[in-house]
Amino acid sequence: MSVFEKMVELIVEKLGVEPGEVTPEASFIDDLGADSLDIVELIMDIEDEFDLEIPDEEAENITTVKQAVDYIEKNIK
Amino acid sequence: MKEKVVIVTGSSRGIGLAIAKRLAKEGARVVINSRSQERINEISSELQREGLNVIGVGADIQTKEGAEKLIEKATEKWGGVDILVNNAGINRDNLFLRMKEDEWEEVIKTNLNGMFHCTKASIRGMTKKRWGRIINISSIVGITGNPGQANYSAAKAGIIGFTKTLAQEFGGRNITANVIAPGFIETEMTDKLPEKIKEQMLGRIPLGKFGTCDDVAAMVRFLASEEAGYITGQVLVVDGGLAL
Repeated sequence: MSVFEKMVELIVEKLGVEPGEVTPEASFIDDLGADSLDIVELIMDIEDEFDLEIPDEEAENITTVKQAVDYIEKNIK
Repeated sequence: MKEKVVIVTGSSRGIGLAIAKRLAKEGARVVINSRSQERINEISSELQREGLNVIGVGADIQTKEGAEKLIEKATEKWGGVDILVNNAGINRDNLFLRMKEDEWEEVIKTNLNGMFHCTKASIRGMTKKRWGRIINISSIVGITGNPGQANYSAAKAGIIGFTKTLAQEFGGRNITANVIAPGFIETEMTDKLPEKIKEQMLGRIPLGKFGTCDDVAAMVRFLASEEAGYITGQVLVVDGGLAL
């Protein structure tokens, strides 16, 4: 399963959206209806899922699905 | 209360034990805790003999590891935590001029750090379930202050600020966070006070008597219930009117 596919799964589970809504360009807050706590939880889910640690400064810059996928692919162990 | 999983920190005696018993009697599954595994095993087998659904976990919740161990044991046994009662607390009383740094540190660590670590370790499960209750046991001196308790009252006031913040951050997840501020409750902790001080205290309590651990447990029971679901970020004072 690709990083993107895994992300779609995480987001669908967390935010209760349809898989089709999770496009690379989708913004967590504007398009997928996340609130600030959802984002924090999603970042933590990503950390668990991909065995990463995302520093707060980096997490702040992750606002779209693509940004999350790019970050994960760059930092995956 | 049926089937809810509850953790009560510092529950081998006093108010914590009364809370654990009360909730267990209402049908909750309760994890009791103290620093010593041996001590908590004794208490838990006693409660189990009374037919209560209780397990005991010895863990030093001042540390992250201790708190995580406590929550892990609860999750292993019953699949998660619904209600967290942060009760563990100590006092090291001294007039401020005489108060040593270690008396300050120790009280802040047990009363505040313990609450931080336990809440941290259990709240994610609650956000996932969209249901949770955080009930933090403060003290009336966290509101009024008290000579000889600069450390204790600072910690107890800290609990109030912490709880009000949690109430705001997690309200959207159907998690309530409230504080109970007991007044003078008859426990081993207050037993040590000089008679003269106790008499003075008694004179200031409109209801004319000291509180009992069960008085506090009754408030916990209410805050933990479904009926209290619209109450969050509040400080419920159980003091017989002492602070008026």
